[in-house]
Amino acid sequence: MSQAHAAASHPVEEHTTTGISHNRLMMWTFLASDCMFFGSLIWVYFAYRGRYFEPPYPRDLLDIPYTSVSAAVLLLSSFSIVMALTALERADMKGFRGWLLGTILLGALFLGGQYYEFTTFYHEGLTLTSNLFGTTFFVLTGFHGTHVFIGIVWLLVQWLLSYFGKLTPAHVERFFVTTLYWHFVDIVWIIIFMLVYLMPY
Amino acid sequence: MAEAALRLEQAGYRRSALVEWLTTVDHKKIGILYYWTSIVYLLLAGFLALLMRIQLAQPDMNFLGPKTYNEVMTMHGTMMIFAVAMPLNAAFFNIAVPLMIGARDVAFPRLNAFSYWSFLFGSLLMWSSFLFGHAPDAGWFGYANLSSSRLYSAGPGLDFWDLGLQVLGISSIAGALNFFVTIVNMRAPGMSLMRMPVYVWMVLVTAVLILLAFPSLTVGLFMIMFDRYFDTNFFNPLHGGDPVIWQHLFWIFGHPEVYILVLPPMGIISEILPTFSRKPLFGAPFVIFAGIAIAFLSFFVWAHHMFTVGLGPVPNALFAASTMMIGIPTGVKVFNWLATMWGGSIDFKAPMKFASAAVWLLMMGGVTGVMHATVPLDYQQQDSYFIVAHFHYIIFGVIVMALLGATYYWFPKMYGRLLDERLGTVHFWLTFLAMNLTFFPMHFVGLDGMPRRYFTYSAETGWGTWNLVITIGAFILGLSQLVLLVNVVKTMRQPANAPADPWDGRTLEWTIPSPPPAYNFAVIPTVRGRDAYWIEKYGDGHHTVTDTTQRRHVSVNRDNPGHGLPAGVHLPKPSWWPMIVSAGLTAMAAGMIMHGTETLGPLGFPVVGIGAFVVFFGLLGWHFEPAIEHAEHEQAHVHH
Repeated sequence: MSQAHAAASHPVEEHTTTGISHNRLMMWTFLASDCMFFGSLIWVYFAYRGRYFEPPYPRDLLDIPYTSVSAAVLLLSSFSIVMALTALERADMKGFRGWLLGTILLGALFLGGQYYEFTTFYHEGLTLTSNLFGTTFFVLTGFHGTHVFIGIVWLLVQWLLSYFGKLTPAHVERFFVTTLYWHFVDIVWIIIFMLVYLMPY
Repeated sequence: MAEAALRLEQAGYRRSALVEWLTTVDHKKIGILYYWTSIVYLLLAGFLALLMRIQLAQPDMNFLGPKTYNEVMTMHGTMMIFAVAMPLNAAFFNIAVPLMIGARDVAFPRLNAFSYWSFLFGSLLMWSSFLFGHAPDAGWFGYANLSSSRLYSAGPGLDFWDLGLQVLGISSIAGALNFFVTIVNMRAPGMSLMRMPVYVWMVLVTAVLILLAFPSLTVGLFMIMFDRYFDTNFFNPLHGGDPVIWQHLFWIFGHPEVYILVLPPMGIISEILPTFSRKPLFGAPFVIFAGIAIAFLSFFVWAHHMFTVGLGPVPNALFAASTMMIGIPTGVKVFNWLATMWGGSIDFKAPMKFASAAVWLLMMGGVTGVMHATVPLDYQQQDSYFIVAHFHYIIFGVIVMALLGATYYWFPKMYGRLLDERLGTVHFWLTFLAMNLTFFPMHFVGLDGMPRRYFTYSAETGWGTWNLVITIGAFILGLSQLVLLVNVVKTMRQPANAPADPWDGRTLEWTIPSPPPAYNFAVIPTVRGRDAYWIEKYGDGHHTVTDTTQRRHVSVNRDNPGHGLPAGVHLPKPSWWPMIVSAGLTAMAAGMIMHGTETLGPLGFPVVGIGAFVVFFGLLGWHFEPAIEHAEHEQAHVHH
């Protein structure tokens, strides 16, 4: 009987073999696939590392302190999204919206930083076509930026939905899946930051 | 029970037949859509093969000419892999897997429809390249920098190839996610992993392979796209770009792709042989672990496609060794299949004919595979017709033969009718003989040095006779597929009166009517072992079963009282959104292709933008639409 009641109040009541929801399992599986995507991109970056026939070279361009700050901004968003999730679990919608908006702003700040970095590099002569560093750097970090952008749009939609009662504490599982994606994108940035920026050329 | 089923049927949606097919989220219907789309493509891509065979029938022919030959060859290969073999496999994933694990649908029914529509639109986009006079012409593996530089491949042909494959890749990834979650998460109570039918196992392994192998192709395709559109240097040697990088990326995808194609057919063979031998699959756990071993090893063998690139003796030796290791689990499978048939009471019906022939043809293609795993031999055979003979024995001999067998085997679950056995026998023998007539002589001309992908050869090579034989074989092979179509037409005119269990089957799909009702299982079955239905019918050797139907229903209530009952049967709701999102995605790809042309260039990015807009709002609509129809079905609880 209790199960029937749960079914009535919950948006989707599903019985799964593993006890893990379909959405959560799919996101983990998708992230495994996305690991191979970034793995291939990073492998290509390394296959061409140092084969830069003409300037500008990475050591003249990369600004580690600047990018450290923007990396910290993105990492901070992983914290704020956890706070948003716990707020949603506590049914604290005000807290949820606040932390979620904070996450979105931190993500947007990171993207803005990337935009500033890209334009700076561009003015110093680094383009998609200038040399293999330009090609591999812009494509690798650009695809990461695209992932962040998709994450921001996804969070923004959920933030708006919460005002129309379409995202309620009953949807905590759905939001949890979004946070998985967001953390993954952050972790990928840590790896890219270490491999592209911190490894000496 | 029957009353509940009737109510469920009445609650179905009253829509026109066309709208019903366009909006369906029912895995059985999506399976049928996949099936017929891929069969049409099989005939079209087979027709392209016949064009090539006319060109090669005699030396110095000028039927196609080099440009058209390259286009026909590329489209034959690309479409047979991505628009025939993969979706024909996906057809049977849809038709059989949810039924075999005792599920009412897949985990994400609308995503399933999205996979189909993306496959359809992506493949139509690629086919449409013929209409614009610029079909892709760089081979199915599109080697850079032939494919990546507009200097070497002007015109939009390679853009169609690149963008079309990206859409098909998204379709495959979505399908793999869906079936991975479905198999892991939606098994009937009692169906532990090791009780899963071997076919379901192979689909699970294939889903993992797709998810891990396709991203490398996606990245490679993006690199080609960037080189072609934005003048990047990925494969531009002037700036240090290395075309061999593409070969690595392509074959890191491409070799697992071979197993993505062949593991599900191996699973089909593992279902058909036991059913028609009336014996359990010999050493089923070994067959399952052999499949996992093949999948694992497939990620460490890619460079055997690149022995002649010049990677050096150490990589070549390592990849030769890892490639030969794949022979071991494959051999395990073959011997287990033989042992399954050994001493069985064999019923040589059409599915069994195709499946057992596929075992023999796998031996034929596998032996030559081990031959070119040997580096010195491969130096001789690389890019010759010997390779063409090898992989057609696998792709036609194993994959297509097993899928044709699956057609006869699961046709009752598709349409509630049994295909005509006599026509099936004719179809089998014609196909089997013609395929050997076509592909076996390719070994001879290949060892004699005939190169693949050349549009002609001179008379003094002496290859004319065998090539004529090959062409005759190819035409018989093509025409004999019409027997299947005749069989289908003849069968469809008869009443749908196939029994639920026409083959005395072993797995759960045979416990429900043919064709199954929309909700598949009125009662979710409880599984007590591998060959779940066989055990219910004949016991597991330890217990005698008195009343099978009673037994199963009681066990549902006893073992898992909550499962499937209190919430009633929820049917997924038909939806337009999957098709809309697929259309938006394909519009984005088409816009990119337009951007690369001179006449439509300015329209390109606006079309990409419109496509992105449609995708975004399509996903929103998808999100807001309830996935499950609650009304009416709430009452349709099943009681005993």
